[in-house]
Amino acid sequence: MRLKIILVLSVLSGALLAWNLHTMFLNVPDEANQGAVFRIIYFHVPSAITSMIGFYAGMFAGIAYLARKDLRFDAFAASVNEVSLVFATITLITGSIWGRIIWGIWWTWDYRLTSYFVCWLMYLGYLMLRRAIDEPTTRARLSAVLSIFACVDIVLVWKSIEWYRTQHPGPVLSIRNGGGMAPGMEAPIYWNLLALAMLAAVLTIMRMRQQTMQREIDSLRRYAHAF
Amino acid sequence: MNFLRLAWAVAAKDLRSEVRSKETINASLSFALVILLLFSFAFDPDSEQIREISGGLLWLVFAFAGTLILNRSFARELVNDCLDALIASPASGAQLFLGKCLGNYVLLLIVECLCLPIFAVFYNIRVPRSLALLFLVMLLGTWGITVIGTLFSAMTVNLRLREIMLPSLIYPMLIPALMGSIHLSTILIAGDPLAADDQIWFRVLVGFDLIFTILSLGLVEIVLVG
Repeated sequence: MRLKIILVLSVLSGALLAWNLHTMFLNVPDEANQGAVFRIIYFHVPSAITSMIGFYAGMFAGIAYLARKDLRFDAFAASVNEVSLVFATITLITGSIWGRIIWGIWWTWDYRLTSYFVCWLMYLGYLMLRRAIDEPTTRARLSAVLSIFACVDIVLVWKSIEWYRTQHPGPVLSIRNGGGMAPGMEAPIYWNLLALAMLAAVLTIMRMRQQTMQREIDSLRRYAHAF
Repeated sequence: MNFLRLAWAVAAKDLRSEVRSKETINASLSFALVILLLFSFAFDPDSEQIREISGGLLWLVFAFAGTLILNRSFARELVNDCLDALIASPASGAQLFLGKCLGNYVLLLIVECLCLPIFAVFYNIRVPRSLALLFLVMLLGTWGITVIGTLFSAMTVNLRLREIMLPSLIYPMLIPALMGSIHLSTILIAGDPLAADDQIWFRVLVGFDLIFTILSLGLVEIVLVG
């Protein structure tokens, strides 16, 4: 069943990505001020949204683990946080490339960049913490607590850095009262968000399978060592 | 009342042990002095620029020196399985955590109070007019460092890479508290009046302290016992 879900989601995500690439490169015109490079937004914004959804899903999975003590929730939390970190990295890299061309610099300590980088560092710490603990239940417990702390802190970091002046472009999506984009140019962002979210789901499910197998191998190894 | 009495018993135990050994406070203070020395090579210590970055320098010293105190907080209980004994004692996880927090808070404040005049002498900083406000910032900022640091010290106490893990986990978490403290300290050390916009940083500090104290007290039982 799980294999079928992976297969269906992979095909859908791949097809949608291909269709999106066709739309954004052949149907959408260049932006008046930025030229062709504005198309990076079609990967930058959906990756950022996917990663944030993933981090919060990871927190809720962590809370579910603490409530139910079921290691499947921990496997989901670990997988979704790992995949989200990959998408967060994509966001940082694509943003940096865009910044180099439009601002002339690879990086600036603007509030969104800084808070997103802080968030990225927190989840890097999350993965480091998981690697440093061998015992599965302790690992699940402590990483769930760290995940809760990180998600609460993200909001505080975001708001506190926001009070500094910002250089990052304001909201461009109409749902955030930005409305700076033509509808034809905005639609591919949502379609790509769907494609990337499906891709994230596929990767999370695959990583969960690996986590479960890893746990089984570890328990077999411990069993073998007992004799 | 009993809650605070037991928490204070844990804090008093830690402080008494520190008064006798003085190992953490000595290490932390000498480390703070080394950082203050290193800063003098990073930029011109006699320039006017020092006033603009004084808050940042001061809080970097506090944060680095604080990590040494926080790292030892639970690690010192590993010898002779004292941590297991503490967990098995009538004190709840929250009481144990609050006691450890109070102990660390007092130690870190002592280090800060000793560093402040040394920093002023080394970098030609005049005593700020609003010293009381600077102390208020120190009290609020230090509680933020202590509460997050103590909880993560409990989380990392049994890890192989404890000394490396703690700073890499807590510094990103501490950004809002450090930002507020740095911003306010810079203004106060420069002797400038606080503008209405700057008051928001006091709220950030109080909010940060309250949120993470409540969260830590609620989650520490899970961290220590499971």
